[in-house]
Amino acid sequence: MIRCEHICKSFDGKQVLKDISAEFLPGEINMIIGRSGSGKTVLIKCIAGLFNVDGGEIYYGDTLFTSLDFKQRKAIRRDVGMIFQGGALLDSLTVEDNVRFPLDMFTEQSMAEKRERVEFCLRRVNLDGAGKLYPAELSGGMTKRVAIARAIVMNPRYLFCDEPNSGLDPVTSNVIDRLIYDITKEYGITTIVNTHDMNSVMEIGEKIVFINNGCKEWEGSSANLFTADNEALNDFVFASSMAKTVKAASDNGHISGNWNNMR
Amino acid sequence: MGIFNVIGKYVVLMGKVFSRPEHVSVYRRRVLDEMESLGLNSIGIVSLVSVFMGAVLMLQMCINFESPFIPRELMGYATREVMILEFSSTVVALILAGRVGSSIASEIGTMRITEQIDALEIMGVNSASYLILPKIIATMIFFPLLAVLSIIVGLIGGYVITLVTGIVIIDTYIEGLQMDFKIFSVVYALIKMIVYAFIITSISGFYGYYARGNSLEVGRASTKAVVVSSVVILMMDLVITQISYL
Repeated sequence: MIRCEHICKSFDGKQVLKDISAEFLPGEINMIIGRSGSGKTVLIKCIAGLFNVDGGEIYYGDTLFTSLDFKQRKAIRRDVGMIFQGGALLDSLTVEDNVRFPLDMFTEQSMAEKRERVEFCLRRVNLDGAGKLYPAELSGGMTKRVAIARAIVMNPRYLFCDEPNSGLDPVTSNVIDRLIYDITKEYGITTIVNTHDMNSVMEIGEKIVFINNGCKEWEGSSANLFTADNEALNDFVFASSMAKTVKAASDNGHISGNWNNMR
Repeated sequence: MGIFNVIGKYVVLMGKVFSRPEHVSVYRRRVLDEMESLGLNSIGIVSLVSVFMGAVLMLQMCINFESPFIPRELMGYATREVMILEFSSTVVALILAGRVGSSIASEIGTMRITEQIDALEIMGVNSASYLILPKIIATMIFFPLLAVLSIIVGLIGGYVITLVTGIVIIDTYIEGLQMDFKIFSVVYALIKMIVYAFIITSISGFYGYYARGNSLEVGRASTKAVVVSSVVILMMDLVITQISYL
């Protein structure tokens, strides 16, 4: 479990995160949603330790992460996997080398063991046979899948996904969502997904934290997302024409239940 | 205030760069890769520049020291000394600051803006050390070899121009090359090149590592890396020259 308490973060005097507290549960897909520029990425990077917070505390389990120094954080980071918006694969390495990279850096495993683990992870994301390709030769969906393989190669306890579906078509997005969901359930990982894609929220979201202008506006389960009494959240959730249409149909009794039941 | 801030950040970054590597064998592999990309791939440009530098030097010496009171052997001697003391190290370092410095700054800068450095940090890798240290070691080993290559090729350039133009007798040129040779001059050139290698790689790495924003910023970082490296190289040339003749 990851717990944030009263997180504040500013850049050049501009406050980007204002007093955010939230709890992210293990074995669940915890989603941070909000409009572009609302502070989602900054929040996930603060939680991951890529940005130092100006105020507040972040706990990984019972460990106060924000009080640890660089070396102490390293130990926790071995348990963290992250999928970045653009994949962030190392351009100079092949797919296989990218996935094997954390094993090379932090384990004393033999080459055969590492190769076996890499093959397993690539198979897990349906990319067996792509090991010799370079990142420049991959499609957007493949890049994200390699990023997932690299993120899980060390058996992480925490998985952070920063807009994992950005730039992908709806079908590929679903594939990525399903992978993240399955991996989270399979290994009981604490997964935090940062997105503004409502399809993803409907597809795999379980616990939702809604951020607006750097403040936490709403927190709850995805089952309550569409019936929440929060104007900013409703504006966000029902921004698309499709959402409006479905809501109108739901209000008129043409479809029953909430959107989450449509999954 | 700005310059002190930059120097402070540079010192802090170097502290991170020279901290203990995570996995020595990975670094060893990276050093070899960097030797190839930053060193071996620079052989062509260094040779090309050096052959012309040597030829031009020899011509200038002959044209400007045209006097019955100056022995003609001194033309070869002066060409050799200038080639060893300044051209093969300082001028070649300026060329390398352009070629290698911009390549390092843009490579690391691109890694920064595409979040590859964040990915390394998340894994718990000391990104500064992983990215910059192998480049520093590789260039500090390889650049002195480039200086030796530059000396040899430069003197060959002088030989060829002498042969082609007949500006002095070829035996006189060779006699000049052998005149009063001090090994210290070569050692001095190699020491300078080692210092320059550190300057080029660390400064370019610094500007790339702290690049922010978009591709325009990477371009700016690359330009700054080349300009600052070149200025610092010339300043250090003065300092080292002064120290060596104390």
